[in-house]
Amino acid sequence: MSNPSNLKYTESHEWVKTEADGSITIGITQHAQELLGDMVFVESPEIGLKVNAKEECAVVESVKAAADVYAPVAGTITGFNEALNDAPEKINEAPFDTWIFKMKPDNAADVAALMDAAAYQKHVDSEAH
Amino acid sequence: MGRSRIFLLRLFYFIKANMTLQTTPLNASHRAMNAKMVDFGGWDMPLHYGSQLEEHKQVRTDAGMFDVSHMRVVDLKGEGVRDFLRYLIANNVDKLQSTGKALYSCMLNPEGGVIDDLIVYFINETYFRLVVNAGTADKDIAWMQEQALTHAPKLQITPRTDLAMIAVQGPKAAEKLWEATPGMKNLASDLKPFTAFEMGAMFVARTGYTGEDGFEIMMPVKAAAFFWDALAKAGVKPIGLGARDTLRLEAGMNLYGNDMDETISPLEAGLAWTVDLKSERDFIGKAALLAKPATRKLIGLVLQDKGVLRGHQVVKTAHGDGEITSGTFSPSLNQSIAMARLPNDVQIGDTVQVVVRDKLLNAKVVKYPFVRNGKALV
Repeated sequence: MSNPSNLKYTESHEWVKTEADGSITIGITQHAQELLGDMVFVESPEIGLKVNAKEECAVVESVKAAADVYAPVAGTITGFNEALNDAPEKINEAPFDTWIFKMKPDNAADVAALMDAAAYQKHVDSEAH
Repeated sequence: MGRSRIFLLRLFYFIKANMTLQTTPLNASHRAMNAKMVDFGGWDMPLHYGSQLEEHKQVRTDAGMFDVSHMRVVDLKGEGVRDFLRYLIANNVDKLQSTGKALYSCMLNPEGGVIDDLIVYFINETYFRLVVNAGTADKDIAWMQEQALTHAPKLQITPRTDLAMIAVQGPKAAEKLWEATPGMKNLASDLKPFTAFEMGAMFVARTGYTGEDGFEIMMPVKAAAFFWDALAKAGVKPIGLGARDTLRLEAGMNLYGNDMDETISPLEAGLAWTVDLKSERDFIGKAALLAKPATRKLIGLVLQDKGVLRGHQVVKTAHGDGEITSGTFSPSLNQSIAMARLPNDVQIGDTVQVVVRDKLLNAKVVKYPFVRNGKALV
């Protein structure tokens, strides 16, 4: 599964999608879900919380491990994908179609400055060596 | 997504910098089956072959096979081997009187800590076979050799690195094993739990680490891939270390390094039933165990809130703090379970709080095993 070109990416393996209203949705990449394995629980970030870039927000737990999901940019948490309460496995099945939380970024420019798909793939490849 | 917590589970990730990984005779078979391979205590082993949850369910409802060739078979041969084992291990080897009978035991240090847990098989009065953990094998053998110097100098201690081991586990393990190896049925269908027989170069034991019926089969390294393929053709699915851990935890079986180690008494690791303190027999660690009674006990937890219990999380109780030794999501119960070492006064049925990140989650204290023979017990 290749990394969709309409998304932005972080070094900590989140993908970021800019929605029509300027908010962003955040999920974890195919590479991340593959590392973690079968998801069994997703912990919501606090809605309304102001966060800095690279701050811990949500937590995803697979059978084997827990991993933090970080805010890709500074902003305010505005939503959580409630469907994950009953079906965390959606992250494994369709990682790029399954957002975890939603934010209103402080600066749209911060989002634009994140890695594109090609740069992210290079990052993944470099971590493998 | 943070890398730090991904690598939290020390079960899977022992850091062995600049060390070549050891491989089992089935390494190529795992790769051909698209296994996700990981460094497991210096061994290149399959974590899963696609989905750990599916593999777990496969073993609970059908049959799965595990490569456990990283575990070490050690043969003890010579005069006086029974006397040596009476002294070496905490369980009473005199419980083994008929050929093929197996016994689970701890091997303790003089302080009463657990050097390893192992299975000992009785073949005859000059031949016992041990199976020890992979990560502790070298240490175990060195300890046995040291003890033998003074207690049984003529004993031959032979690590059988020429043997591979495959576990076949699940309610359909027997049926599919007969299908894979015609001829085995006549020999093994009457095999009672916790017994074994030797058939030429093969050694077949009705034992396992899943809480299901099944077999652990030792064979020459050269036969392993052939045997593995024959099982696959009979419909036995490969199962990785991930599901091995969730299966054993549901079955309430200890994992060395998590639930006990050299600093932990077996009496505080849920293993009092394997320690023989009643007979006159002296054994290494006995005096230490008698001198310091247990103040903590290993007990089960079932999480009532949402989340996943993990090893090393702190448990708050009315009688003081304790710690989770092994925790996971239980695929059979669809909720999180754990084994925890808690103060003695904590009782079954109590509610305790587990510190998970910045929250306190409620958990119920239960008696384990959680699951046996496909059935939930809690």
